[in-house]
Amino acid sequence: MNKWQDNKAWFLVIPVFLVVAASAIIPLMTVVNYSLQDIFGPNQRVFVGLEWYKEALTNPRLHAALNRQLLFSSLVLLIEIPLGILIALMMPKKGWGASLSLVLVALPLLIPWNVIGTIWTIFMRPDIGLLGAAINGMGLPFDHTSSSLAAWVTVMLMEVWHWTPLVVLLAYAGLQAIPEAYFQAARIDGASAWATFRYIQLPKLRGVLTIAVLLRFMDSFLIYAEPFVLTGGGPGNSTTFLSIYLVKLAVGQFDLGPAAAFSIIYFLIVLLFCWLFYQALLKVGTGDKS
Amino acid sequence: MSFEWMAWTMPTAIFFITIACLLIGMTIWQALAPSGEREGFLPIITTPGDRLFIGLLSSAYINLAWLGLTSLSLWFAFVIAVIWMIVLMRWG
Amino acid sequence: MKIQKRTIGLIIYFILLMLPIYWMLNMSLRTNADILSTFTFYPQNPTLANYIKIFTDPSWYSGYLNSFYYVSMNVVISLVTALPAAYAFSRYSFLGDKHLFFWLLTNRMAPPAVFLLPFFQLYSTFGLIDTHFAVALSHCLFNVPLAVWVLEGFMSGVPREIDEMAYIDGYSFPRFFLTIFTPLIRTGIGVTAFFCFMFSWVELLLARTLTTTEAKPIAAIMTRTVSASGLDWGLLAAAGILTIVPGALVIWFVRNHLAKGFALGRV
Repeated sequence: MNKWQDNKAWFLVIPVFLVVAASAIIPLMTVVNYSLQDIFGPNQRVFVGLEWYKEALTNPRLHAALNRQLLFSSLVLLIEIPLGILIALMMPKKGWGASLSLVLVALPLLIPWNVIGTIWTIFMRPDIGLLGAAINGMGLPFDHTSSSLAAWVTVMLMEVWHWTPLVVLLAYAGLQAIPEAYFQAARIDGASAWATFRYIQLPKLRGVLTIAVLLRFMDSFLIYAEPFVLTGGGPGNSTTFLSIYLVKLAVGQFDLGPAAAFSIIYFLIVLLFCWLFYQALLKVGTGDKS
Repeated sequence: MSFEWMAWTMPTAIFFITIACLLIGMTIWQALAPSGEREGFLPIITTPGDRLFIGLLSSAYINLAWLGLTSLSLWFAFVIAVIWMIVLMRWG
Repeated sequence: MKIQKRTIGLIIYFILLMLPIYWMLNMSLRTNADILSTFTFYPQNPTLANYIKIFTDPSWYSGYLNSFYYVSMNVVISLVTALPAAYAFSRYSFLGDKHLFFWLLTNRMAPPAVFLLPFFQLYSTFGLIDTHFAVALSHCLFNVPLAVWVLEGFMSGVPREIDEMAYIDGYSFPRFFLTIFTPLIRTGIGVTAFFCFMFSWVELLLARTLTTTEAKPIAAIMTRTVSASGLDWGLLAAAGILTIVPGALVIWFVRNHLAKGFALGRV
């Protein structure tokens, strides 16, 4: 992996740098500026120092949203990763069956996020939804617009339905990369299916699973459109995740200062996870090649 | 076209100019005398640029934690963060 | 026996996967009065009325056109800027390359909600609110980094000897890049275009906030219907089905590269 050492390569990167800088750095600077001021309107603003940060850090509603977010993202990982590996193991390895499985599995990933919310609204409603009506038919009152528990169950079901395919695709790609000779050796040794999985497949999947865990964690951390359409963050605040809370604060109430301070804190959390992600990626990358 | 909407203030301008100067300074330093990767007390191999990023990010967390947990002046946290930056750049 | 158990498990999973989509398709083929009065597992009197309404009412079909406009613009901008950058990252090591690569990644991971307000202000200043260009540009925030990462993955698979040979033969960089290198990675370019298309197509928050009437995407038109009182479930379902179609049409061609695209080219 010896690359050519040449700083002139910067010229090739300049277009990307300019486009992303215009859409990332300028807005981020603006957010920092907003976060230190109380803004009443155009040209009417007062410098308030770190007041909004103090408020955000001690705001119980923000803490609740953050805890909710962490619980949600953890549940997402706990359910989707094992389920995704299981389904990837069941998929055929070649032939038309493999192609068809890939296409079917990937379909939910290509649906616009708000349509995901619409699909599940239609599917879960107690009056017209298939699953909602079925659960109510069994004598269990289930309505995601009035019960927090039902709302959580619905959002989790939707999330698992929507994003488990990503884990399946990654795990499947990882499994495809294992040479057939490994399985032959295992068969000769008389290894059980579990032993084959535990000592051959799982270690080889480490790389893709690292990516899957981190992508799922990051993306579920930013979730907005699906629960927004499905529950609007309710009932009450029971499904108000960080992004939904932020948009409520910024666009709904137009509290620019507090929303900006919250944005910066949110961004710092994401930046930390992102950095850990990158380090893990680099480690996995070098681990495979050595 | 005006930049009034960006709502600039003196403290934030100083903040960003400082960050920009740090980045430009690091770039010039590394262009003139490239210092390679090395392993310090951090568990990973780092370049000076990595250490600068780690330092800035952890300083942000130090300041936020101070602001959220205590009601003392933030200047204490700022001093701690600066000392931490120097330690990190030198021995990290 | 073992194979059969697997197949049965897989079939059950696919049924569960398709059931919600089937249910929406079912709804889209019925009138609203029918949906609300009777509960059936398949449309007894299938009607295309909902689809006809969408294709004849400009306030509906313009939403699809708007989405297509900004998505296509975004794909072009993303590819044109990302191609040279991905080449630089895959072939050269230069000052700050790793940090730049990481910075691009942070933008792919950043919450769009954080950028909502400043984007609105920024595009207002330049008079771009409610234009397709504004949405296309804002989606570059996550699509350009994605394109760079995915393309870099594909480019690294092309041996560097090809570049060296071309330079020895006296090719200039632009000529080499356009006539030799680009055809070599055309699969990668196609896959990248697909993923840029997809992530721009599925995004709602920025697209909705930066448009008011002229460039309003289909996603926003649909949410407006949701909030209206006495909403038309059949129409909503039909609009939803139509948003799935573009992705479903091209998915076959990229089926073997799906993992790569979703994993930022790292698989």
